[in-house]
Amino acid sequence: MASASAMVLHLPVFEGPLDLLLHLVRENKVPITDIPIATITDQYLEYLRMMEEMDLEIASEFLVMAATLLEMKSRMLLPKPPRDTSDEADEDPRAELAARLMEYQKYKALVETLQTWEAERKQWFFRSPDAPMPDYELPIPVGELKPLLLLRALERLLAEAVDTPPPAVLIPRKRLTLRLRMVEVWRRLQWAQDGLRFEQLLDAPFTKWEVLLTFLAVLELMRQGKVEARQDELFGAITLWAHQEVGDGHTAA
Amino acid sequence: MDTQRLSRALECLLFVATEPVSMKTLMEVLREEEECLRNALRLLEERLQDSGLQVVQVAGGYQLCTRPEFAEVVARYLQPQPTKLSRAALETVAIIAYRQPITLPEIEAIRGVQSEGVVRTLLQRGLIQEVGRKQTAGRPVLYGTTPQFLYYFGLNSLEELPELEELNLSEGNQLEEKEQPALQM
Repeated sequence: MASASAMVLHLPVFEGPLDLLLHLVRENKVPITDIPIATITDQYLEYLRMMEEMDLEIASEFLVMAATLLEMKSRMLLPKPPRDTSDEADEDPRAELAARLMEYQKYKALVETLQTWEAERKQWFFRSPDAPMPDYELPIPVGELKPLLLLRALERLLAEAVDTPPPAVLIPRKRLTLRLRMVEVWRRLQWAQDGLRFEQLLDAPFTKWEVLLTFLAVLELMRQGKVEARQDELFGAITLWAHQEVGDGHTAA
Repeated sequence: MDTQRLSRALECLLFVATEPVSMKTLMEVLREEEECLRNALRLLEERLQDSGLQVVQVAGGYQLCTRPEFAEVVARYLQPQPTKLSRAALETVAIIAYRQPITLPEIEAIRGVQSEGVVRTLLQRGLIQEVGRKQTAGRPVLYGTTPQFLYYFGLNSLEELPELEELNLSEGNQLEEKEQPALQM
């Protein structure tokens, strides 16, 4: 299609569905508060179809808006059911969209202002914020870093470096299993009359793995009905108790 | 110090300063009243009329900078990286500037598009920052603009932003004239 290739040059890029809608509203020279939904919807869909033809990726937001428009269009086509209560005024389904467009339009208009300021500000040049030179050294001119200067910088850094090898540490591997952890949690909870907070089940320093395993152990013990948990607020402390009904006779410990 | 001398002292400070110097700092360093300093600043600006430099009020302070008419020459020497914010970034930072503190979902509701990426860009460029968390479900992060935002756009304070409502009214006519390229259909 000859016209399709010509369109490549003309298809403007829009920041989002609101941007595209505003463009259509202006093209049709209609007020935002009184959008001819049928016309605008058709044009909107036409634009999406062109984007598709040109293999442009259509962001999901465009599709959501398309669905909203179609829904609005169909609602406005349908005859309105007679209403017995007149106090519920007929709500224009377009009102919400109009409000969003008005709001968006304000910020869109600001973009140009900001662009002007951005360009104007780039005409000002300030002294560059380099650290003041110690020892009254001549600053290195832009783009002229000599190997000698680099070497001196390296020497300075090396002089400051501390020359101790990192201490060798033997890290024993802890044997951790869910079963062992459950036994441990159960044992601790039985000792604590007032219950324990979840954190108290862990001995610092602990690894993520230990936290996870402990949490799983608690969940498992809760499932078995041996442990009760309480959390008073969202993301708050979790307090745990050993369930008293379970006799000491068959503790896991 | 008389105003003449004070304006020269100010010139020295602004010459060595590499960031905007606030009135408070100037008062502390020069040990003078604000009124005297303002007069001295005016005098300095007058004296600089004949020079390539000017005093600007930016991000809540004073700084010496080159005059725009010589921007081209200076740029040829410094060769700055041409960086511009995208339309999406400008749109988003405008929303944040006016509606701060604002959350990501609120920004997205206004723009009608996902804005996580563009917010991240603005954070990386230091134009916005996290200013707290909204006390609603999920406690979403609230964003606000930084002094760098003012510096970037050459503003002295947020009060220099145009009134949003005024802008909306005048904008209607303005946009009629400046049509975007027509959609070919």
